Amino acid sequence: MGRRIGARALLFDNPVGIRSWATAAGRKEAGGKLGQQFDFIINHNQFGEKSWERAEQKMQQYALELALEKAGLYGHQLDFFLGGDLLNQIIATSYTARTVGAPYFGLYGACSSLAEGMILGSCLLDGGFGKRAAVCTSSHHDAAERQLRYPTEMGVQRTLSAQWTVTGSGAYILDCAPCEWSITGALPGRIVDRGIKNSSDMGSAMAAAAVDTICAWLEDMNDLEQLDYIITGDLGKIGYEICRKQLLEQGYDVIDKYFDCGMQIYHAEDQDVHAGGSGCGCSAVVLGAKYLPLMAQKSRSRLLLVGTGALLSPLTVQQGETIPGIAHAVLIEYRQGGVTC
Amino acid sequence: MLDGLLTAFVIGGLICVLAQLIIELTPYSITPAHILVCYVVGGAVLSGLGWYQPLVDFAGAGATVPLSGFGHMLVQGVFEAVGEEGLKGVFTGGLTASAFGITVALMMGFLVAMIFDPKG
Amino acid sequence: MEQEQKQALEQAMQSREKRIRNLKEMDATELESILIELREEHQHLVSLEADCADAAEAGYYRQLIKQNQNQSTLVQKKRDKIYQKQIKTVTPKAPLMKNIGRAFLVGGLICAFGQLIINSVMLQYGLDFKEAAPFASITIVIIASLLTGIGVYDEIGRYGGAGSMVPISGFANSVVSAALEFKREGMIYGIGAKIFQIAGPVILYGTLASVIIGLIYYVMG
Repeated sequence: MGRRIGARALLFDNPVGIRSWATAAGRKEAGGKLGQQFDFIINHNQFGEKSWERAEQKMQQYALELALEKAGLYGHQLDFFLGGDLLNQIIATSYTARTVGAPYFGLYGACSSLAEGMILGSCLLDGGFGKRAAVCTSSHHDAAERQLRYPTEMGVQRTLSAQWTVTGSGAYILDCAPCEWSITGALPGRIVDRGIKNSSDMGSAMAAAAVDTICAWLEDMNDLEQLDYIITGDLGKIGYEICRKQLLEQGYDVIDKYFDCGMQIYHAEDQDVHAGGSGCGCSAVVLGAKYLPLMAQKSRSRLLLVGTGALLSPLTVQQGETIPGIAHAVLIEYRQGGVTC
Repeated sequence: MLDGLLTAFVIGGLICVLAQLIIELTPYSITPAHILVCYVVGGAVLSGLGWYQPLVDFAGAGATVPLSGFGHMLVQGVFEAVGEEGLKGVFTGGLTASAFGITVALMMGFLVAMIFDPKG
Repeated sequence: MEQEQKQALEQAMQSREKRIRNLKEMDATELESILIELREEHQHLVSLEADCADAAEAGYYRQLIKQNQNQSTLVQKKRDKIYQKQIKTVTPKAPLMKNIGRAFLVGGLICAFGQLIINSVMLQYGLDFKEAAPFASITIVIIASLLTGIGVYDEIGRYGGAGSMVPISGFANSVVSAALEFKREGMIYGIGAKIFQIAGPVILYGTLASVIIGLIYYVMG
């Protein structure tokens, strides 16, 4: 059973291991900062399918199957499958779940879905309701673009605050057996809406939520010294700046340990992505391809993943409504040799 | 052969610069579709006031190729049709004059969609 | 009893109104606490409205709920102001001169190309400008459509901005890109319906404007 620390932080008494993970990403992502560190690279955005949507689903399935293979498991042996994506009605994940055959929770937290899934998955396993769960999220640049903005072939200039939806998917297998990486804590986010209406500036819409969650975590846990990394999901350059500034105003100097996944994936100048990457796939691939391996460089390390989501709907954006933001935090610990849970 | 190329370049370029300025200096809620609509309606109004024709005379394609020229064409079509058919021309003139542009664009849209796939 | 309750509600509403007026944007904790108070009151009012037997009574509470919501909006606006100012300070300014230069270059080139076609058609077939102009438009539309099909026009658009959007080629691009993007949703609801996604408003308002101007022209003789 877990415990509640302070006002909002959760600690799991039985740390939930991250048994394995896998990432799949597109060609643009493979040409970015993380280069060839993805498990699977999709060289064509259609991935041999007849639509972007099918391509996204296939990519997600590949990521999940690669992660399962690494864990030596099959889909039907999972007790739970949790996931989400950016397509309407999270259809890609539901199609993946169709191939998995495990009990399924479809989640919509926009780009925070990975952290949301990790929290809920950990709660399920820590609560003793199962032994293994998979969390999987994805996004596809072109599928998201046509749904949220313009047709992909339309010649429009993107603003400097706009972010580039990552074509990528990450799958994480949670397990109640000793693992080197484990999820030991979490802090579920609240909706924070600061009246941002510009759907090309989602970093600003989410940054306030990230600040709310990080401050709540540090207040409850008071462990800034012990944290090696704080990484936000996809705030991008502008959101990152705001978040950093506001944390400083609150008295938290996070400068040497705070990073944003959206800024770690592309070469900002050469790849014409403006403020950085975004999407469900962004934190999913950067966490797996960069930060989890990075944690293993020390014998013990702690990382706070803050999945950020801009919960907008294209319809309400056109109606001039504001964008609600959310941020879920997950504490991931690494211990060489693993811990027993 | 090269007559008026430079004026078309400069005036056409300036008309586009005006649109770029509108995009850069107005809030994000002004989208490309808003600009296109503004240009067509703006061109129609200027044409109605009799101010667009002098620009066309001066700049040639520099004034007819931008979408404001489309608005101008609609209104000139209406004016001509009103002269010939009276009230009925108000309703037939615009689309008749612009029929070729719309038809070609729709036809190409259909054909291209049949032949190509979006590259993303 | 009921009358007293109503009076208390109204008084609370009025005194809060004053508090909100006097609040500064900086009073973050105060703003938060008022928001919580407002949320609680809202819930209370909704249940009162639901319990009402007659319509006039319910209308009274609806009024109060409206007031409550207005106050919420006011407080949220105050709270969000500082944040939105902060965003402005970190948002990079668009490179205005660069974008303008590119728009000028691309837009100008497309128009000059149109002029070249007009000139050659006029020369070749002995037409006047008015007859020759449609040839230029059609040629530009066809070329822009093909460039859209092979996935080049969106790159031009990214470079040229308004320079590639405002000429008739941009109109063609908006028609073709929409048709292309939605071909997978079928011939009717895909291509058929979406082809007008951007072109629809242009044709609609262009036609409306021409009819209105035409009517004025007709009436004025």
